Amino acid sequence: MYQYSTVDQRLVEERVEQFRDQTRRFIDGQLSEEAYLPLRLMNGVYIQRHSPMLRIAIPYGLLSSDQLRKLAHIARTYDRGFGHLTTRQNIQFNWPKLEQVPDILADLATVQMHAIQTSGNCIRNTTADHLAGAIAGELEDPRPYCELIRQWSTFHPEFTYLPRKFKIAVSGTENDRAATQVHDIGIQILQDPASNEVGFRILVGGGLGRTPVIAKVVRDFLPKKHLFSYLEAILRVYNLAGRRDNKHKARIKILVNSLGIERFTELVEEEWLQLKDSGLALDDASIKQMQAHFQPFEYAPETNGKDSVAAKRSDSPAFSAWYEHNTQPHRLAGYRIVTLSVKAPEQPPGDLTHEQMDGVAELSDKYSFGQIRVSHEQNLIFADVLETDLHTLWLELVKLELATPNIGCLTDVICCPGLDYCGLANATAIPIAKQISAHFDDMDYLYDLGEIKIKISGCMNACGHHHVGHIGILGVDKKGEEWYQITLGGSSEENASLGKIIGKAVAKNDVAKTIAIILDTFVAQRQDQESFLDAVHRLGIAPFKDAVYG
Amino acid sequence: MADQILKGEQVVADDWSFLGSEEPLPNTAQPLVFEYGRWLEQHDQCIDYPGPKGLALANTDSLSQLVPDLDLLQLICIDFPAPGDGRGYSLARILRERYDYRGELRAVGEVQLDQLYLLRRVGFNAFALPANQQVSDAAKYLKPFSASYQK
Repeated sequence: MYQYSTVDQRLVEERVEQFRDQTRRFIDGQLSEEAYLPLRLMNGVYIQRHSPMLRIAIPYGLLSSDQLRKLAHIARTYDRGFGHLTTRQNIQFNWPKLEQVPDILADLATVQMHAIQTSGNCIRNTTADHLAGAIAGELEDPRPYCELIRQWSTFHPEFTYLPRKFKIAVSGTENDRAATQVHDIGIQILQDPASNEVGFRILVGGGLGRTPVIAKVVRDFLPKKHLFSYLEAILRVYNLAGRRDNKHKARIKILVNSLGIERFTELVEEEWLQLKDSGLALDDASIKQMQAHFQPFEYAPETNGKDSVAAKRSDSPAFSAWYEHNTQPHRLAGYRIVTLSVKAPEQPPGDLTHEQMDGVAELSDKYSFGQIRVSHEQNLIFADVLETDLHTLWLELVKLELATPNIGCLTDVICCPGLDYCGLANATAIPIAKQISAHFDDMDYLYDLGEIKIKISGCMNACGHHHVGHIGILGVDKKGEEWYQITLGGSSEENASLGKIIGKAVAKNDVAKTIAIILDTFVAQRQDQESFLDAVHRLGIAPFKDAVYG
Repeated sequence: MADQILKGEQVVADDWSFLGSEEPLPNTAQPLVFEYGRWLEQHDQCIDYPGPKGLALANTDSLSQLVPDLDLLQLICIDFPAPGDGRGYSLARILRERYDYRGELRAVGEVQLDQLYLLRRVGFNAFALPANQQVSDAAKYLKPFSASYQK
């Protein structure tokens, strides 16, 4: 993984001192609340319901074991012993004290981490496919480009006071696990059919929130060397022309929609002509230098793990279920990719205790080259595990309560913190996730249903990405009561689509019951082994609507 | 205008005067800042003014009309109507990099001490701070970082 240069290290240390000074001036009363607000946001500090919330960047979701140990230390020392994985591959702490945030940032800097630009109207953490480098079918590893973008976007002098927040995601395979179509800029690594050159397709103006929009293509093929100049052209057009009069209309998707993608593209291309030869070119040497940080591990020579796995599976149905649902093929024979389910029943989705963090760090050292990934689905991943180690690893993960065999199932719910923590929320989200896990506890039934992604948001800001859930759940407040609006048929993957609302919101206690009716309808109408998403797209929402509201 | 400004790394007295929209052109040759609207409307008169000439731009003004006049100007002020309104950062880079403007580029309006670093990096070299920001402290906010990722 990327290792900081002395310059990188100095920058994060100087940032700690800058923020320490800003926070001291705020506490002393020299900086007003209003003046301090954008400064703290650009260091990931929100003032939340109970206390400040600190969001820490995990660039493209990749952590070393030492970094995870440091997060455990932070959870123990400055928080109430746990952290929350976000839908953008970051981690949040909900209980730090404002005056201690500079110390937390100083601790983070010792392991090459920071909270820079994790909030505010600037370029946020660039996210990537959480299986990058380990999955078959990858044209190139997206992470070197993410790191290049991280550096380019850090303290970018021109693009730190944008109309609104700005999120970039990069994917290197046809299967889009990075949700590039619902980002402000989506970057897909692809090969130009004409020249066979590898470069990028650039998408723009996707996003969720109040106005969910699927991104549009602004450039079909961009040679690698123009990456930064093209990003700058898009951002400059947005910075100058994006709306600033209404924060709900300030995202780039609104600008793209109001100009139309053709006009927007013309403006970007015009700007790019001015910028493309202005010294922003990304040369091959810089790309190669960055790629050197993401070289494949020294994998063991091909071993036959199949027999040992098969024997253990026939001995233990529990191991077998975990193997089937929580592991998947690695690009190399003899290895598997393992997902650690942070979706145990009764646990808020994505919450990790400090003991779990320490435990995972240790296991990653033993079984996965000391690296851990965070997925936008709020789970952890060991991307490079020898098949022959799987059974031992499983036993350890069971002890840590990170082996619930529910990946891709109904109870692998994505969920924002909701009203329990968040100052913006209208309704709780975590209790709904718990209600669903409690209601659907028959794993065999869930396995029969196949892949179903439920995504829950506690308000229209859509941090739980409900618009792109196969089943989306949005909490709304009606005269002080929590109600939940249900959508069906959304997806954030290569077949990206927005879910359709099935009808009026249902009462809090009826959410799981309503989902049960939807699932009964699916089972009754399902053709062969059709997936839930395919069934919804084939049938439309009418039969589900009839069944629920009859 | 502010009595004192930060120019480069020094706090200095501001020797420019701003010409109000209704005010007649003075008969002196003192350094004078024109409104952009008046500059365009009374173009001949303005460019004939014998003293040093400056322009005050809003961050919504189009720069393209201005390009032929850039050599006549010793000062361009760009207004920041709110600390979070970042359009001026783009205008500054375009003036410096695309149009090669070499004169004084001054950030005015709601400019915060903690923004001086980025403002300087996009090409501003003078800053008129609002009354609630201590201009005497300003120089130490110019360089919180010893390196940068962008050129």
